[in-house]
Amino acid sequence: MATSTTAPDAGRREPRAGTPAREPARRPRGPLLPYLLLAPAIVLELAVHVIPMVVGVWMSLLELTQFHIRDWSTAPFVGWENYRATLDINSAAGKELLHSFWITLAYSLLSVGFAWLLGISAAVVLQRPFRGRALLRALFLTPYALPVYAAVITWSFLLQRDTGLVNHVLVDQLGLLNERPFWLIGDNSFWSLLVVSVWRNWPFAFLCLMAGLQNVPGELYEAAAIDGAGFWRRLRSVTLPMLRPVNLVLLLVLFLWTFNDFNTPFVLFGGSAPEQADLISIHIYRSSFKTWDFGSGSAMSVALLLFLLVVSAVYLLITNRRRDDHA
Amino acid sequence: MSRRHLGIFTAAVLAAASLTACGGSGDDSAASPKTLTYWASNQGASLEADKTILQPELDKFEKQTGIKVTVEVVPWSDLLNRLLAAATSGKGPDVVNIGNTWSASLQATGALVEFDDATLQAVGGKDRIVPAALAAAGAPGKPPAAVPLYSMAYSLYYNKKMFADAGITAPPTTWEQLAEYGKKLSTGGKWGLAIEGANPSENAHHAFTFSQQYGGEWFDSAGKPTFDTPQNVSAIKRYIDFMAADKITNPSNAEYAQNQSVSDFANGKAAMLLWQSAGSNLKTQNMPADAYGVAPVPFLASPPAGGKKVNSMVAGINMAVFKHTKNKDGALSFVKFMTSDEEQTILNRTYGSLPAVKTAGADPAFSAPEQKSIQETLVTTAAPLPQVPEESTFETLVGTAMKELFADAASGKPVTEASVKAKLTDAQQKMR
Repeated sequence: MATSTTAPDAGRREPRAGTPAREPARRPRGPLLPYLLLAPAIVLELAVHVIPMVVGVWMSLLELTQFHIRDWSTAPFVGWENYRATLDINSAAGKELLHSFWITLAYSLLSVGFAWLLGISAAVVLQRPFRGRALLRALFLTPYALPVYAAVITWSFLLQRDTGLVNHVLVDQLGLLNERPFWLIGDNSFWSLLVVSVWRNWPFAFLCLMAGLQNVPGELYEAAAIDGAGFWRRLRSVTLPMLRPVNLVLLLVLFLWTFNDFNTPFVLFGGSAPEQADLISIHIYRSSFKTWDFGSGSAMSVALLLFLLVVSAVYLLITNRRRDDHA
Repeated sequence: MSRRHLGIFTAAVLAAASLTACGGSGDDSAASPKTLTYWASNQGASLEADKTILQPELDKFEKQTGIKVTVEVVPWSDLLNRLLAAATSGKGPDVVNIGNTWSASLQATGALVEFDDATLQAVGGKDRIVPAALAAAGAPGKPPAAVPLYSMAYSLYYNKKMFADAGITAPPTTWEQLAEYGKKLSTGGKWGLAIEGANPSENAHHAFTFSQQYGGEWFDSAGKPTFDTPQNVSAIKRYIDFMAADKITNPSNAEYAQNQSVSDFANGKAAMLLWQSAGSNLKTQNMPADAYGVAPVPFLASPPAGGKKVNSMVAGINMAVFKHTKNKDGALSFVKFMTSDEEQTILNRTYGSLPAVKTAGADPAFSAPEQKSIQETLVTTAAPLPQVPEESTFETLVGTAMKELFADAASGKPVTEASVKAKLTDAQQKMR
């Protein structure tokens, strides 16, 4: 990362000819300077992260419906009521949230798993130079470069039952199926969503792992080859251990992104996802925007935030401890 | 105060100052009395078409008053959210179109200018407005939150040639007939009835009509939801059964949310369609007006006790003014302009809807068969959706429950009284 530092002799430059020698500008002294320099970062951090988060937590303690949305000060303070209502797994809302949570967890784990597998496979295959490698690299990155909306809306056209290309190929051309299946409603919708998500995310895994592979010294492979290690052995004993730092971050980031993914299901299903693919982000959106109940929507968001914090903390703890063990 | 504390204090003050500086900007409400921002709803075939239709009228208004109106046509899928955001933030347009069923919901936010008698007088007077349309402009007993702009109602559109080919001589007048005819028409890849199954609003509108016919209500007199009553269960099941039991609707319709059912009807893939003012849309899809007939929406052959003779909601578009406008007089004069006899005639003629003012109905365009049918329904058998603050939530929850039931029907899962009731009970529990 680039950091700019002031040259130590900047203040002592010779005055240019013709200009009267000025007294060097006095630098503000004392402990004020660091705070002044930090101020822009602090302001942005407050504005972008902290304040919205605090507001979100505050909203979750209010009964914020259409009657009060215009002037929050009139919204009754209900304390934990929103949490009680949304997290009570015996109520309809709680049951749906729990259902949505399991769906999202399964979706995230599978999506990250497949994206990583595809990413590592492609990165390893493209590790050695060959004709057309650059072209393949560029091609593999296309899904990541496409705007989400354009890419996912195209998928939604492909997956339409009567007019979609997928059914046209499967049913009309290959004759693999007799009935036209639905891809965007019913049980298949989960798998459609998963495919689209993996398709969108794997290039990122590929990009990171490809970069990571550049740092693996060639001598290690040579040494392994001399020791008689085959492809799989080299993968297991050289490539993967060397990629460990990349993987640590990559898997966590992919998991957090997928778990919070809103764009893909929103565009694919047009706002209200089928039960089988009711991801938690869509669920929260529906609970707050569609039913104008921003309090319980916020309560769900805060619960989600806490869950992701715990997951991240546990993940980092475990992986750090392992690293300490190795050291 | 130590130096250390002074430093922290300075940083905090700087932070606070820059934040308040962020707050004042980003106001796109017209500040000058010579401009207005107007969000129009999507009434024509596309957003672009609407702009082309509206722009000459806005130019005319500018010529008359010197006020320049900037129009943005907002798609229906975004409109309610955008209105809600504008109501919340106190920023946004001056004048907006709203679906008339949202009137009470938006009224409850307190963000809309109330049209009390004096304000109504300023936009042309209460007596000009069609009473049924005005009844759908806010909660009963309160000054309306909006002024009716376009009036519409549901009708049954049927393909004349497909009917003739199947030997059917007259459109169905009962649901039983509709199912029977539908079965005759559902052959060779064609279907009897097209349904917009994944569109919650469309579903909710039908939920209202069927419930009325079965003697049900979605809200009791105290405004509490009564979603899962036996009447409502029968009503919803009757509608879903066109796909689930009668099989006169293509299962694919469970995916439809972008007016594909209108296209299916226009392309002859389906013989019947229940829609409001479909004519102008059908025309742009190259279906000439003499290719289809327009009939009233059917009733039950033998209505149960308490069943009402209602076959449409009072559908329509209202015009509202945000309280946060800095140009209220200009906004009201724009409302007056848009509800004037001349503009009502021009715009409703183009959109195939009906004027919301009594004085503009004389134009021959409003005596075409489609408009006559709409007119007749509006004066005889249409009823407004419940004007309660929770109306928009009802549309979303019940409409989505029906979307899920259509998905069940399409994927071959049985739709029973019990499964319908379970969905409606769930929906009701989510009401606050």
